[in-house]
Amino acid sequence: MKMVKGIFIILLFYFLGQGVSYLIDGLVPGNIIGMILLFLSLYFKALKPDYVKDVANAFTRNMAIFFIPAGAGLLGSYGLISKFWMSILIVCSVSTVLVIAVVAVIQQQMEKKRK
Amino acid sequence: MRALFESTEFMLLLVFGSYLFGQWVFKKTRIGLLHPLIISIAIIIAFLKISGISYQTFEKGSEFVSFMLGPSVVALGYVLYEQLAYLKGNVVSILTSVFIGSVVGIMSVIILAKLTGADQVLIHSLEPKSVTTPIAMSIAEQSGGNVSLTAVIVLFCGIFGSIVGPPILRVLGIKSSVAKGLAMGASAHGVGTAKAMEMGVIEGALSGLAIGLMGVMTALLIPIVHRLFS
Repeated sequence: MKMVKGIFIILLFYFLGQGVSYLIDGLVPGNIIGMILLFLSLYFKALKPDYVKDVANAFTRNMAIFFIPAGAGLLGSYGLISKFWMSILIVCSVSTVLVIAVVAVIQQQMEKKRK
Repeated sequence: MRALFESTEFMLLLVFGSYLFGQWVFKKTRIGLLHPLIISIAIIIAFLKISGISYQTFEKGSEFVSFMLGPSVVALGYVLYEQLAYLKGNVVSILTSVFIGSVVGIMSVIILAKLTGADQVLIHSLEPKSVTTPIAMSIAEQSGGNVSLTAVIVLFCGIFGSIVGPPILRVLGIKSSVAKGLAMGASAHGVGTAKAMEMGVIEGALSGLAIGLMGVMTALLIPIVHRLFS
């Protein structure tokens, strides 16, 4: 019963998110809006966490499996990769280093300031 | 005979089986680049190439697995709710640092990609690179990127970030556990969080929180950036 209820709630929020996404012209993907709505409902105590806990954990713990089909779609992206591999490598590595540095330095500085 | 290998049940078997095998290899070798996902994807691509079964057939057979991505992103809302407790006492600094991290992540991708001659599709595939894969794929799909490429780019960034993260934090003299955890999660999402957990409990928890915050902020920021610069 609990499982069915949890799945229903998650699907309901997914559907609501898709609805909002449709209304704002698809600016933000529906599943992400659904995620924000679910979060807000839990935060403002409109929804008991217990209702979704088990299902949410089951869905998110093994999420990596769900991207395998898309990953295998790389098969059709040979052209894009062979043409731009250098660009991909540079962008990914430099930008990743920047994000690490910026987040860590700002967080540490703000903590120090407060003390 | 061929129909048997083009069936939904076989495609699902292939997805789950290759992933299980990938997990086993990863556990045995502990080599970052041999991530279960990479192994699984490599096996499936090799299988499709050798058997001559088209990607479309595989895609149709594994539709169920792909569909699950949507509800699991929604379910992340619960995970974020649970992790909220770790914001305590650091709300302003955490939201600020992750927000600036998200802006820097998006802008650096756009600037570097343009400098290195990337086209529009590639830029849209790269933009959500610091975000956890399922959210990144949704963002890339929405803005017209190549979703498959995004999945692999995100994974690559995660592995890269989890390897270079700890030495960078050391060089920068980062002592705060909160800062270390946030940086790992914001730059390298799930893979980074696995690394952060090795650093400590606080690092692991904050890294998990950063994944959710980075995902939400980046998803909301990218459409704004597109409006401003187009």
